[in-house]
Formats: sequence, structure tokens, C-alpha cells
Amino acid sequence: MELKTQVKAGQGQQEIVISRQFDLPLELLFKAFTEADLFAQWMGTKVLKLEAENYGSYRFETLDPSGKVVFSANGTFHEVVLNRKIVRTFQMEGTPFPAQLEFLEFESLSEHSSLLKMQIIFRSEAFRDQLLQMPFASGLSMAHDRLQNLMTH
Amino acid sequence: METRRDVFQAIADPTRRAILSLVAAGAMTPGTIAENFDATRQTISRHIRILNECDLLEQKQQGREILYYFNPDKMKEVSDFIEPFRKMWEARFDQLEAVMKQYQSKNKS
Repeated sequence: MELKTQVKAGQGQQEIVISRQFDLPLELLFKAFTEADLFAQWMGTKVLKLEAENYGSYRFETLDPSGKVVFSANGTFHEVVLNRKIVRTFQMEGTPFPAQLEFLEFESLSEHSSLLKMQIIFRSEAFRDQLLQMPFASGLSMAHDRLQNLMTH
Repeated sequence: METRRDVFQAIADPTRRAILSLVAAGAMTPGTIAENFDATRQTISRHIRILNECDLLEQKQQGREILYYFNPDKMKEVSDFIEPFRKMWEARFDQLEAVMKQYQSKNKS
């Protein structure tokens, strides 16, 4: 069975390509990236600004249950073509990661299905690998924390 | 947080990768490992310690000797390191699909 979400990160490259097929009409898939309240819902974040148009910008932040900001990011839209493509930058605030450039391409497969291809370009291969490793690393450290809890309780 | 840095730092170093492939062929004492390298025994010991700390190498006491052997499960985790990233995006996109389906049915009625 083919995986719904595919990630390609070739050696010697400084990009990641993520592709995903959705059971959604193209227009709805595109809307999920351009409307603040919808974006906030699926990303689980608080959207401070989302101007999905040429030369627009965006910013969002994620709060923990006590209201403390645990993650924030921003970027600018370079090009937005309705139902076809978005070119934007993305930068995590308060981290050593440099900005990354993202090309999002949207394609209709049928009346009820669509495809998203996201190409993310990094400043270097090392930064790309570091970002790829983040969920793996937090998985490891979560396992580590669970183990520590078991030992101390 | 320490654990993560160690695993990736560990395999980023060419000498440590060489130690891993050497020990993967069979358990060895620190002395035997060091004999295979031009570096000082002290340098090799430091590399072994780092590999041991992140569980890529495991220690086994055999009589008076300490043997190191390779832990393939740990290495498997390392080679699969993209999978958690993929799963993170899959979960995000599943959420997107759910949110938009809800939006779609709300706007139909």
C-alpha cells in the first residue's frame, strides 16, 4: 500500500519534498492554507496574521495550557495563485534555524480529490537534517522522560 | 534532550562510524578496537564512551575483560529517523482533511 503522505529527502540535497493526496476538492484544500480560522484549526495554533496574497505576510504562535508561548513562526507570501500555488518563506522564531523557502503546488485529481506537493528549501543540508530529526529527537526524549518517570515514581 | 544530540553526534563522526562497523562484525575489547586505529588509545576510549552513552555500543563483562558489542536496534532507529517527521506531517494533514470536511458539510446545509 502506498503511504498517503510521502517525504523525500535525498542525500547531498538541501530540500525536503512532502506530497499528500487529500479526499477534498482542490478549492477546499487551497482554502485550508489561506483562511486564518481554518489554518488555526488544523495547525492547532493561534494565527496572529495571515495575508495570503502577493507580498503579504503571516505570523502564528502556539500556546501551552497556561497561556505561555511555546512556539512562534512567521513568513512572507511571495506569490499566491488561487487554487494553484503558494510561494512563501517560513521562519521559526527564537531558534537558530534560518528562514526556509517553500513552494506549495496544488492539483486537482478528481471532483473530490486533490494533491499537494510541498518543496521546502533550506539554507544547508545540515539545517535540513536537523529539522528532519526534530520529531525523531522529541520522540526519543519523550521515551527518555517516560523512562525517567518510571524510575522515579 | 541529551540523548538525541548524542545519537546524531555519535554517527556524524567518521572514526565512530568506523568503530561501529568494526564492532558490528563481532564483540571486542577496547584494546582490540584501539589496535585498528592510528589514534591514541585515549582518543579511541573517548569515542567508545560516547557510543556507549547513546546505546549504540553495549558493554558486557567477560571474566576480567570488558567486551563491547553493537546494538543493531539502536542503529535501526537512526536509519528510520525520517519516519517520525513523516508521521508528524501525516497527522497534520489528517487534521486538515477533517477540519475541511467539517467546513464543507457546514457550508452545504
